Amino acid sequence: MLQIKNLQVKAEDKQILTGVDLHVKAGQVHAIMGPNGSGKSTLARVIAGHPEYVVTGGEVLYEGRDLLEMDPDERAREGVFMAFQYPVEIAGVNNAYFLKAAVNAKRKHLGQPELDAMEFMELIKEKSKLLEINQAMLQRAVNEGFSGGEKKRNEIFQMALLEPKLAVLDETDSGLDIDALKTVAAGVNTMRGPDRAIIVVTHYQRLLDYIVPDHVHVLSAGRIVKSGGKELALELEQKGYSWIETGAQPVGA
Amino acid sequence: MTQVVERLQPWIATVEGRAQGAPRWLQDVRDKAAARFAALGFPTVRDEEWRFTNVAPIASTDFRPSAEAVVSAEQMAALPYGNLPLRIAMVNGRFSAGVSRLQNLPRGVRAGSLAAAFTEHADVVPRYYGQLADFHSRSFVALNTALAIDGAYLYIPDGTVLEHPIEILFVTAGDGSSAEMTQPRTLIVAGERSQARIVETYVTLREGTYFTNAVTEVFAGEHAVIDHYKVQQEGLEAFHIATMQVNAQRSANFSSHSFSLGGRLVRNDVNAALDGEGAEVTLNGMYLADGDRLIDNHTTIDHARAHCPSHEIYKGILGGRARAVFNGKIIVRQDAQKTDAKQTNRALLLSDSASINTKPQLEIFADDVKCTHGAAVGQLDEDAIFYLRARGLTYFEARDMLIHAFAGEIIDRVQIEPLRQALEAELYAQLANDLAEIDAA
Repeated sequence: MLQIKNLQVKAEDKQILTGVDLHVKAGQVHAIMGPNGSGKSTLARVIAGHPEYVVTGGEVLYEGRDLLEMDPDERAREGVFMAFQYPVEIAGVNNAYFLKAAVNAKRKHLGQPELDAMEFMELIKEKSKLLEINQAMLQRAVNEGFSGGEKKRNEIFQMALLEPKLAVLDETDSGLDIDALKTVAAGVNTMRGPDRAIIVVTHYQRLLDYIVPDHVHVLSAGRIVKSGGKELALELEQKGYSWIETGAQPVGA
Repeated sequence: MTQVVERLQPWIATVEGRAQGAPRWLQDVRDKAAARFAALGFPTVRDEEWRFTNVAPIASTDFRPSAEAVVSAEQMAALPYGNLPLRIAMVNGRFSAGVSRLQNLPRGVRAGSLAAAFTEHADVVPRYYGQLADFHSRSFVALNTALAIDGAYLYIPDGTVLEHPIEILFVTAGDGSSAEMTQPRTLIVAGERSQARIVETYVTLREGTYFTNAVTEVFAGEHAVIDHYKVQQEGLEAFHIATMQVNAQRSANFSSHSFSLGGRLVRNDVNAALDGEGAEVTLNGMYLADGDRLIDNHTTIDHARAHCPSHEIYKGILGGRARAVFNGKIIVRQDAQKTDAKQTNRALLLSDSASINTKPQLEIFADDVKCTHGAAVGQLDEDAIFYLRARGLTYFEARDMLIHAFAGEIIDRVQIEPLRQALEAELYAQLANDLAEIDAA
């Protein structure tokens, strides 16, 4: 599904990713962990197509196509989704209206008929329960005045509505209390399936108790320095990142 | 400048000649206004009130008073506005009974020609006409007052509610071969406890350069509730200068919604005097401009009495090399304790070459008051654009959604559904044009 080869990325003349290699297959859940400043969020945002980054080397293939050649909106319509670490507040745009526009943009792209207001409300009803999205959240402006938890639930709700093939969750656990974390994780878990790949970017192991990954990678200084199974996350939790950074253990041990 | 004034003299004389039988008081007002215009001339950028708006192109053009014209029902029906059940139709400044719709008005309501009302409603009109709008110091008001031969008149008696909105439609017509000017004039007298929704629209059937110089006077009696909408969609080569003067009596509630969508050089003065305790005024506005167009909005809210709230939001969307001016004056007089005035002005610049000069101007002479103002000028929020694109919307869809949200704060307050829809359609049409321009570039 996603092949990242020797990806090098700059932002404002600072080299952030120095050579990331990552191979994610359909049906898998990968966790990207790493200390602050290691480039985790950059990786997520480059996959989504954020304009502030400049790719200086390497390639990203999505379903065999050059992802970096695609506009951010084309990526989204083709099934790439990023849950934002800091969802943007958009004054004056009704959340339900925005969600309908997003769903229909994708349907149009796929040659499916656009949903009318009634059909869309049916879809909303079906998907909103799990993430505890209430009517008030739908009628407010996008993310405006939402609590931290509401913003993150709204992100995963969008993921549920858009049914992406590749979802990248950028620190979706940050700022969540344990109940909100469980709700969000439950929402993500229902989305797991053989046709979908999920990349969970997180600083802490906590989220991985609820969204159990197939693979865990540790990013440090702009590249993946260690990969392993879910037990790697636990090891990191015990030993901290300094264990990786000091290189006390050989990579790939 | 003297030349310009001399050039206008024959027409001023003609107006008086035509107005044979015009009542003495009216001739008097016209004479005084003509004398004031002769003394004032056109303003220049040396006048503080006109610093950023140079009207030299108006002063230097040999505008002739527009000729009488006939507009067919089909032409009226094709206009983007004006399809409300009640309509005072004005063609080149003159009342046109044939295309007006004034059936089934509530008892006592007068709607139609101001020229007729000068004599037919002589116990009311002279008390307000030329008394509210200041022709002594405002040259365009003086010019209008000197030259206006007719106008729209709406009188709503005490306690009367106009259930349906009424539109005052000013249409400019002509073959476009010569530069013509019109002096649209409106007088609205709303009695105590009366209620009405009034739409004042300026549209055109002609092309080329012309000049509209409008004056509107509104008197809102005690406890009257008046919603006023102005839609200005003149031709893109047109000059539009307009002054609205409002007097709100005790506990009256007056709201103005001004939409400036056309014109090459546009100046709107909206002045509201809160002239009785508990009166409330809302002045909202939205303007759109691209190309080399200029839109100047000057507002004055005069808190003359105590316990009056006022609210003001103006929003502009500017593309191309368009320029805008916003000047919001709030005067709080010594007796106007417990004033609560709030002013917001925001502009969205869609191009690097668009610009706005914005200035709040508070003159406060009372001590127990609350006055807030804020101005924000900016471009579209790039983070918001990316967020929307990351959900599959194209750049232009995202941009339109954000612009629409920006304008929605003003458009969504329009309480007349067909008008709200027409304004939305116009906003989208202009954005689409702008996109075509960008694509071509």
